[in-house]
Amino acid sequence: MKRSYYLFSNGELKRRDNSLIIKNDKTSKYIPVEDVNQIYVFGEISFNSKLTNFLFQNNITVHFFNYYGYYSGSFYPRESLLSGDVHLKQAVSHLNFQKRLLIAKEFIDSASFNISRNLKYYNRKEVNLETQIKDIELLRNKLNKVNSIEELMGIEGNIRKIYYSTWNFFINQNINFHKREKHPPKNWINSLISFINSLIYTTTLTEIYHTHLDPTISFLHSPSERRFSLSLDISEIFKPIIGDRLIFSLLNKNMITHESFIEEFNHIILKDSSKKIILKEFDERLKQTIKHKKLNKKVSYRKLIRLECYKLEKHIIEEKKYEGFKIWW
Amino acid sequence: MHIYYFNICKRKLWLFSHNLNFEDENIDVKIGKVIEEESYSSQKKNYMIDNINIDYIKKNKTIHEIKKSNSFEEANIMQIKYYLYILKEYGLDDIKGILEYPKLYIRKEVHLDKNDDIIIEKQIDEIYKIINDKKIPNVIDNKICKKCAYYEYCYV
Repeated sequence: MKRSYYLFSNGELKRRDNSLIIKNDKTSKYIPVEDVNQIYVFGEISFNSKLTNFLFQNNITVHFFNYYGYYSGSFYPRESLLSGDVHLKQAVSHLNFQKRLLIAKEFIDSASFNISRNLKYYNRKEVNLETQIKDIELLRNKLNKVNSIEELMGIEGNIRKIYYSTWNFFINQNINFHKREKHPPKNWINSLISFINSLIYTTTLTEIYHTHLDPTISFLHSPSERRFSLSLDISEIFKPIIGDRLIFSLLNKNMITHESFIEEFNHIILKDSSKKIILKEFDERLKQTIKHKKLNKKVSYRKLIRLECYKLEKHIIEEKKYEGFKIWW
Repeated sequence: MHIYYFNICKRKLWLFSHNLNFEDENIDVKIGKVIEEESYSSQKKNYMIDNINIDYIKKNKTIHEIKKSNSFEEANIMQIKYYLYILKEYGLDDIKGILEYPKLYIRKEVHLDKNDDIIIEKQIDEIYKIINDKKIPNVIDNKICKKCAYYEYCYV
């Protein structure tokens, strides 16, 4: 199976014959191109057009992160899987308000189901989360009646507020985490969430690239956000299952602590060594497999994201109603 | 390709003709491509005539189609027969088809038989009907699906 490569060192990424090579003063290392699905660039890398053409031929996406560890953008090769049919129908599904709302609801319904599933896991004798779980269920019941995307986002916001408020209870470090803040995150947990969410976002983008969907036409998020907003939509479902669970495990095993960060001006950023720990664990998680009920075979978490795109495609071409992924184990 | 898919799975035909392709990562498809490229490398390859792509042609009036395996032999044969049918439309009616399985060391002669014209024309009609249908054909629920590049899309 193809995999992700994470480049931290500075140097030059080049095409050498039919392979990739990363070179700097000290070392040079070959990367077999057949093995690469996506590349994350954290260091300072220079490259030329010969390389980009080569990456394009091999359908490889490259994600760039800036000095602070924030996602800054992706090299996204020309779409190789184009279907006019799917493209048009995806646009129609966005423009037709009822169609759009139906899909957007499904994203939030699944995401919030997966959130409440996480809480149920931590709801034990010593940590009682019954009230919060109940409150989330009440909010989830309102989803069926919403009539606008704003309302939907409002409910989602409230669910997240409750969700984040519980983290202090079951994380066995003093995280002092009260609310989600971005741009820039002032609390180290916020910084951690931002980093891991960007990994989910970019992985989802790579998976979308291997389908016929247009990553800029979204349903929950507004496409005018000048991002690959469909990737944001689909990420919602997988953030609790892949991202948040990763965060809980990193913190509860003390693999990431307050010491894993450096404070700079008004930024709290992850040390490179911490990023490497996170990426290794993240990669492991994407490779983990579960037995898929419908396909009757083992699929990886990464594949689950791809399958989500397929289900959306099937909905868009009006073959089968989309049902967002809800964790079943 | 349409004739070939028609004889394997009508749903695959529909998806393929709507540019819904899932083959770019399938290992069997990749292997098939390499076999086609690497075998008989001294031959000039890939002749486009009309909408057909003949793998290679020999002077003794044979057209050759290279396949990885004979698990879809019926469909393989129909594909060559369709090529022979098209060539016949151009007035070339003493052409022989050869089905090649380089990895199995098997080759097989294919001729356009008496009733084949009618069968092919009927299949072409049906192909148009399927392609133009707004509705996608159902999954066929066959054991061949497990190895198909479209499996995950069809069964999820």
